[in-house]
Amino acid sequence: MAKKSYSFYPGCSSQKAASASNYQVSVDTMCQELDIELNEIPDWNCCSASIGYAGGGELPRLALSARNIALSEEAHPEQDIVATCAACWLATKETQQRLNEDEELMAETNTALAEAGLKLKNDKNIRHMVEVLIEDIGYEELGSHVKKPLEGLKIAGYVGCQTNRPFGIAGESFENPKYLDKMIETVGAEACDNYEKKVSCCGGALAFSEPEKSQALIKEIIESAYDNGADMIVTPCPVCQMNTEVYQDQINAKYGTKFKMPVVYYSQLLSVAYGKSAKEAALDGQVIPAKQLEEIAGK
Amino acid sequence: MSYNQEMIEKYRGNFLKEVQDNVEEGDWVKMCMQCGVCSGSCPLGPHWEHPPQEIFMMIRAGKREEVLESTSMWMCTSCYNCIARCPRGLPITHIMHGLATYSKRLGLVPKEQPTAKFAQLFWDNLTTTGRVNELKLGLALYFMNGFGEGIKTALKMKDIGLGMLKTKRMTPMEMLGGHKCKDVKGLHAMLKKAEEIEEARIGKSGS
Repeated sequence: MAKKSYSFYPGCSSQKAASASNYQVSVDTMCQELDIELNEIPDWNCCSASIGYAGGGELPRLALSARNIALSEEAHPEQDIVATCAACWLATKETQQRLNEDEELMAETNTALAEAGLKLKNDKNIRHMVEVLIEDIGYEELGSHVKKPLEGLKIAGYVGCQTNRPFGIAGESFENPKYLDKMIETVGAEACDNYEKKVSCCGGALAFSEPEKSQALIKEIIESAYDNGADMIVTPCPVCQMNTEVYQDQINAKYGTKFKMPVVYYSQLLSVAYGKSAKEAALDGQVIPAKQLEEIAGK
Repeated sequence: MSYNQEMIEKYRGNFLKEVQDNVEEGDWVKMCMQCGVCSGSCPLGPHWEHPPQEIFMMIRAGKREEVLESTSMWMCTSCYNCIARCPRGLPITHIMHGLATYSKRLGLVPKEQPTAKFAQLFWDNLTTTGRVNELKLGLALYFMNGFGEGIKTALKMKDIGLGMLKTKRMTPMEMLGGHKCKDVKGLHAMLKKAEEIEEARIGKSGS
């Protein structure tokens, strides 16, 4: 397959030594194997995620994402924008849609952008990395690179909210999307078919401001993975990953549970299955070690 | 006269019109048919003083203070379940964000509302350099309710912080500036312009 090139929006959490830096390392490893070239949008800024609403008004928020799209148009005019973070993807795509539906907002956004010397055309495709994998590469090709099938592992595919709603992945349902399960099976592991918390909310940014309410949601997501016999959870979202991984001790203390469930990214599963080392798959970034994956990577 | 008082006098009890004119996606409110799917689909549903369906009816009933001074909208986790399921296609998530933002503009947010405080910290953090400084954001969050409580929270969160440090998903170096955009000046000018335009628009709306 010929090399595929994209205009890449990594987002704040994927930066060096940030909370999802392990996601980025494993994405780089995965993309190298699949001959996917990610060209970082020069000087990209934060999309302000969903929680930005209360600080910034509508137009300042739209301007933030518009700046990223405009920078991408300038630097990589022929390439689709690809984001790995659910919130980055959602904010950028939502901005594109809102501006295309409203001429006045579009004109106002361009007036603001002119202050930064930029102009927005707004005709790019804005995609999530899993769309690239599924639509541009395809399950068959994804499977053909597997050198070490993840045999014997049972994995709960936790899709979460913002990779799934409101846009989601073409051909998938909001209530029971199957693509993550298919990816799990593509790398030779077993998917938890009846994982009922697959698209439930982890609390998102409210894990910070309303920890008790959010941890009650997180508890159910992890409990359901255990109930379904999962060895680990896999997710495409940095907020889902962090929320379901790092609060397990606090949940154990409060609820008397004994959770110790590893939570990894799909890119880490693919990297290990592609025969990459634990370091290349960023398994050293797990707060709760994914020992079974480490063993396979070490073989 | 305060902005709140100005709006009260301008709309004279027609709260639905006020929402339509001033709240992001507020035009949609009148489309709600009170089926309640949004309220039943909300992950924090039980914690809403008034769930979304009720908020929509209260807007039409002119219950201005009860809506705008409520903690309800601040319970939205932005999970988009309500948007995905609403049979009338209302952008409910965005309307709730819009109501929260409008309440903040009017100065009606309940004191000590934690999500309102955190959301402002987040915005101030990201707009300083154009990118989120996670370490400073975390510390600001711990200390947002004063020093004493901050120390308590920091101690409670200590193990999580250590876990993130150990796995190199956090670095003390972020304290010394950290990640940022190169063209911070352009970014700030752009945001300032966007704010100016929006303020002018709010002033003229409904006239």
